[in-house]
Amino acid sequence: MSTRASVRRHVIIERPAHEVWSVVGRPELLHLWFPGIDECTVDGDQRDITLATGVSMTERILTNDPVQRRFQYALSGPLFHEHLATIDVIELDTTSSLVVYATDAAPATMALVLAGGAGAALDELRRQFESSVGPAVDAVRSSPTRRSS
Amino acid sequence: MGRKVLFVTTDQQRYDSLGCNGGAIARTPVVDRLAAEGIRYQRAVPQSVVCMPSRSTMLTGQHPRTHGVWMNGVPLPVDAPSAAGVLQRAGYRTALVGKAHFEPYIDPFGRFTENTLARQGLTSATRPWHDGSTGPHRGFEHLELATHGATGQLHYARWLADTHPEAIAWYYATLDRDLEVNSEGGGDTGAPQVKDNPIPRDWYHTDWVADRTIAWLDALDEGDDWFCWMSFPDPHHPWDPPVEEMRRVDWRDVPLPAGYPEERERREAILDAKPRHWRQWYDGTLVSNFEAPLNWVPATLTADQVREVNARTAVECELIDEALGRVLAACAARGWADDVDVIFTTDHGELQGDFGLLFKGPYHVDGLMRLPLVWRPAPSAEVAPAVVSRPVGLVDLAPTWCRIAGLDPRPWMEGTALPVDDHDADSRHRGPVVTEWDSERFGVEVRLRTITRQDLVCTITEPGTVHDGTEGELYDLADDPLQRVNRFDDPSYRGIRDDLVTDLLDALGPSPRQRRPLQAPV
Repeated sequence: MSTRASVRRHVIIERPAHEVWSVVGRPELLHLWFPGIDECTVDGDQRDITLATGVSMTERILTNDPVQRRFQYALSGPLFHEHLATIDVIELDTTSSLVVYATDAAPATMALVLAGGAGAALDELRRQFESSVGPAVDAVRSSPTRRSS
Repeated sequence: MGRKVLFVTTDQQRYDSLGCNGGAIARTPVVDRLAAEGIRYQRAVPQSVVCMPSRSTMLTGQHPRTHGVWMNGVPLPVDAPSAAGVLQRAGYRTALVGKAHFEPYIDPFGRFTENTLARQGLTSATRPWHDGSTGPHRGFEHLELATHGATGQLHYARWLADTHPEAIAWYYATLDRDLEVNSEGGGDTGAPQVKDNPIPRDWYHTDWVADRTIAWLDALDEGDDWFCWMSFPDPHHPWDPPVEEMRRVDWRDVPLPAGYPEERERREAILDAKPRHWRQWYDGTLVSNFEAPLNWVPATLTADQVREVNARTAVECELIDEALGRVLAACAARGWADDVDVIFTTDHGELQGDFGLLFKGPYHVDGLMRLPLVWRPAPSAEVAPAVVSRPVGLVDLAPTWCRIAGLDPRPWMEGTALPVDDHDADSRHRGPVVTEWDSERFGVEVRLRTITRQDLVCTITEPGTVHDGTEGELYDLADDPLQRVNRFDDPSYRGIRDDLVTDLLDALGPSPRQRRPLQAPV
């Protein structure tokens, strides 16, 4: 029986898409809005993350497209046969955006577990933007022009 | 000084596993004695037949559609109402020792308190409550947690890793390399989730739960009132009790359960009369949930495998009974014997060979739905022993704890305190008991709604990817206790069916507008 799965989470944020993308498009800020990721460093197309449980993982950044506002990365490691994560920031109108975080993975269980974390991350992203309070929005305020793509 | 509450749960235990309920394999003298001195319920029904929703119902006194935990893997919100919190605010000392499972186990991001506590070497945490205040996590000032086996981040796993690390691998690996429920067989018959575990009894999680409960009780002041939820992970699969204890029951001597049709043709004819998901799972063409091994086909289950699983389950039930006996003795040694209410139950049952099936799933029949429930009121309360035949639900536990403590049930509790006898049940005009199933697994969706009204159990299917909403089940337990004859489409039961469905829909009320997403498989 196949153990591959594709799981999607989404959130609507009452902020313009370009503002939301200003965080999502900066891979070095991930730990500031993804609960359970404590550290994050980026070197070229490689991102190393450390989870709250102490587990370290390496990701390869595949897409960071500020025009489509699409960010993709792939985790590698012994737990995964395959992995692809895709974050799309879609403009709904001038004041709101739809953020979709898709996780494709084998084994299937990992897709569900990672999607659970992604859903919590989207909730935190919305909270920070809609309250204007939080480390990720603070980071882009303090260095608004920095781009990683 | 008021009455104290020892709330004892097991995990996945059948009604007929206790001697007081007619069980003849396991010896359960401790619970049998509590039943003889107290109140034994003959039809206690869970509001969900899987762990997280059912346990959330116990704690909140709410149905799954209210507390929102519609399946394993959906965490109970941290600020959900908690009956333990009500007692704690009223001055009770509170603890949960053993299996909590209000939050998912598979938690690589460390997002859930239950997992985080042991990792940080803690037994308490302060968290927000539903009323805007803060207090101990879910109302428990002391949490020492365990689950099946010794992997994961909980206190028992940490204790075993620190004290007897060699024993970790002796347990059955509940998940396989793909993190799916493991289908690997073992023992003498190759039954799934069976392993000979060389662990000594006093390192096993059943005795650990009792030991830690006694340690917490011993630390209390004599005059304290307390509520202790002692939660054994067994007899849930995997079936890997200490091998030295397997001498108690030789599986070759275990009779096949009445619910196991030995002839394959007969078995399949019974399944074919039920909604399609029964036969599809049996044949291995449908896996709708994470509660059984993905790669195991029930049609391959042999009679000997049923015997071996049931023997191991009986051994686990005996160990629990003896562990409970030790805790009761510790209470007596503290001078509390007359003031402790003991409530013994479980979160859901186990098919354990019924219809040729094992484990659990969307199958609302007695194997999963008829639970052991015994309430031995504190002797000082002078409640007469009784047997209650009227249906009750686990949703009734939270208001019962309030009643014991002399508190009014809270408005958010949806059940009513357990009746002390049938007359009490009838005089309070208790409503029907409902049970729900909702599962989503990578494009497969199954939804069941069930009403239990005395001797009648009726299940409707909601439209999903498997059902079109027209199939259902109706069993008349008075003349079909094994639920082999599905009368849902029997014209002579049409009026009864329509009446039950009307009652069911009235009891359920509106469906939730939105379900919270799954966070993990379990």
